[in-house]
Amino acid sequence: MKGAVRGTLVALCLVLSAPLPAGAVQPDEMLADPALEERAREISKDVRCLVCRNESIDDSSAELARDLRLVVRERLVAGDSDAEVREFLVARYGEFVLLTPRFTAENAFLWLSGPVMLLLGGTLAWFWVRRQGVMQPKEERIDSSVDAPLTPEERADLDRFL
Amino acid sequence: MIVELGHFALILALVVSLFQMSVPLVGAERGWQDWMRAASPAALVQFALVGLSFAALTHAFVTSDFSVKLVADHSHSAKPLLYKITGVWGNHEGSLLLWVLILVLFGAMVAAFGRRLPLPLKARALAVQAMIGTAFLLFTIFTSNPFERLFPMPADGGDLNPLLQDPGLAFHPPFLYIGYVGLSMAFSFAVAALIEGRVDPAWARWVRPWTLAAWVALTLGIALGSYWAYYELGWGGWWFWDPVENASFMPWLVAAALLHSAVVVEKRASLKVWTILLAILAFSLSLVGTFIVRSGVITSVHAFATDPTRGVFILGILAVAIMGSLTLFAWRAPSMRSEGVFQPVSREGALVANNLLLAVATGVVFVGTLAPLFREYIDGAKISVGPPFFNLAFTPFMVMLFVVLPLGALMSWKRAHLDRVLSRLWWAAGASLAVGGIAWGLQSGAALLAPVGLALATWMALGVIVELGERAGLPKASAAQAAQRLLRLPRAEWGKWLAHAGLAITVAGIAAITAWEQERILLMEPGEEIEIGGYGLRFEGVEELPFGAPFEVAACEIGQDAFLKGGEGRNFSTALGRFTLLDGGQPVGALCAEKRYYPVAQTPTTEAAIDSNLLRDIYIVLGDKQVSGDAWTVRAYAKPLAVWIWLGCVVMSIGGLVSLTDRRYRVGAVSKRAASGRRPAAGAPA
Repeated sequence: MKGAVRGTLVALCLVLSAPLPAGAVQPDEMLADPALEERAREISKDVRCLVCRNESIDDSSAELARDLRLVVRERLVAGDSDAEVREFLVARYGEFVLLTPRFTAENAFLWLSGPVMLLLGGTLAWFWVRRQGVMQPKEERIDSSVDAPLTPEERADLDRFL
Repeated sequence: MIVELGHFALILALVVSLFQMSVPLVGAERGWQDWMRAASPAALVQFALVGLSFAALTHAFVTSDFSVKLVADHSHSAKPLLYKITGVWGNHEGSLLLWVLILVLFGAMVAAFGRRLPLPLKARALAVQAMIGTAFLLFTIFTSNPFERLFPMPADGGDLNPLLQDPGLAFHPPFLYIGYVGLSMAFSFAVAALIEGRVDPAWARWVRPWTLAAWVALTLGIALGSYWAYYELGWGGWWFWDPVENASFMPWLVAAALLHSAVVVEKRASLKVWTILLAILAFSLSLVGTFIVRSGVITSVHAFATDPTRGVFILGILAVAIMGSLTLFAWRAPSMRSEGVFQPVSREGALVANNLLLAVATGVVFVGTLAPLFREYIDGAKISVGPPFFNLAFTPFMVMLFVVLPLGALMSWKRAHLDRVLSRLWWAAGASLAVGGIAWGLQSGAALLAPVGLALATWMALGVIVELGERAGLPKASAAQAAQRLLRLPRAEWGKWLAHAGLAITVAGIAAITAWEQERILLMEPGEEIEIGGYGLRFEGVEELPFGAPFEVAACEIGQDAFLKGGEGRNFSTALGRFTLLDGGQPVGALCAEKRYYPVAQTPTTEAAIDSNLLRDIYIVLGDKQVSGDAWTVRAYAKPLAVWIWLGCVVMSIGGLVSLTDRRYRVGAVSKRAASGRRPAAGAPA
């Protein structure tokens, strides 16, 4: 059963692999209640169109994207919260359906990579800057190197080549 | 015959490349002048050969020689000339040949214009450049031969993807490649410096122009691609965080960091090791991008047709280039010493912060792009990492960067005082907060995006103005004196201001369009009128035009379409929807939105109608006709400050170009510099 579904998906992928222009949300899908419709749009932007290359169901004109948009709206009309709608979609299609990966132990590396890199890099940079400031006395040949960053030997080298 | 000549020239280029990667390198090691001197002519000959090969392929496309498989697959005799030419790089094999062409072009330019480069450095840099060239020539000849013949010859070709039959996308790849491949020059110089074991301010001055040129081209290439997506894909999105976009964005970020750190090497002889590392990383990320686009390991909207052998080949090149250069780096870098020392609060300190934030932002994009691959490999789980993730995880670092930027730009080298810098910027800070507050008050929701974005844009723009004012000697100086002073400032200073101002413009555009876009999706019947973004919009009706219909039939102020979209007649059939834009009931513009069908490629496309000005875009897309009745689906958008996004990129590029003309980068300027005794460009007035 699952294999058959995947086979169909693969076939659809082949047909729909080109980014089909326009389409997306149709007027007849939209809910009468603007607040509910707004929530549906927000959720849709975070749900992957499973048969497309890399599009949300909000952007995609594929049939399956339309079906998913209708499912989202059905659930909202039935009174689900945003989280419940996402839960429902994940239960049916797996984590793959969410464009924002959830913060779980397995995905922690993804969410924490930025802050961790900043902390590590910041600490390293801080200590390096401090150390190079301490290692050499403050006044040391700085002023000469501002105007003439080339040492005499370097200049002689250059002149030889020029 | 010409096709075989092209193929033969390519093989000869490979032979020359093998010579160029070995002989000068040995010469530099042994100090043999003749061997080192061989690098330049080799680079020029190699460029001539690859150029010949590229010309042969272009000839085959222009004359529609369908006995060449590539032409048969990707061209069509009924296509306008412009797209026959751009079709050369609208496919894997041809675009790879363009890649190689630009690679050897950069080598040839160093050979031709780098007459005053120290001979060993030049020999080594050109040898390293030839190593990259050899790898990609092998890749082209053995896995992606563009000159393969087809028998029997088909009557006509398969046509270029209609989405690519567009000026925006026609010129997007060449710019991107100049950017990607241009970074190879910085890489080659970095590796050459590592082999030599020496990095000095002169080195930074040799490297910077090439990096700057690459960065300018990359900026334009990315902007073109983004603008193309905006008007062609049909819902007005302009950035999707797609893996292929990220592949171009990562080198851009690192190149931006490299440009800033190279300034520190040049002016203060510090951050040498880090700058070398950035030069290696920038090109490595270009290679990673090439791998992502051409191997198909990552699901993306616009990957090329994929082939596992090609993926493995590029992965091999990637591994050798990155591991080789990093090994060399680990071996040689510890011996390099920084000379100029500085306090944490200083221009150098601010540039370290700039580099740190750009590097972390790049890291986030990298991890996000590769995370699905990683998870699948580790535990077989399939996850998606889409735009919402990147917006959340990437933006904070940009916010920090933008806050620091005007402060850092005003700091003096070596040691600065935060309170003094702040005292020069207090009114700019106040004005920025005011703009943010007004933006907050104007909008209905509580979203922070627009207020924060617009406040930061104002902050950066005013930072530039404060600096301009101080350098001009205002308010003490008279207007004439001020103008004179400004004109005498080094071009690199102007380049910096333009680039920072461009960034501010782009940020403002992004904030406004993201936060305040209006969208209406509805059914409209001819004659119906709606309100969008303060304007009235009247739907006049739809005309159906058949394949081959001349362009004069539907004049919608789009005369250039005749040239851009198909010569005499249309090479597509179309449903052309006419709209009138009304301001206070008066017509102010005519818009035509189309649904096209390209019969040869059997592909539909939509052409959005866009009425653009500096303050807003009105963007209209024609959807489907209802089965019964006269109504059509219409999507209408008002996008405030939309063009600012790309306008800012253009200003940034102009800044880069202006900086490129600074006299100290012109060859030979180094020697004159000592005589003129010019003050360092970036020293702030007391």
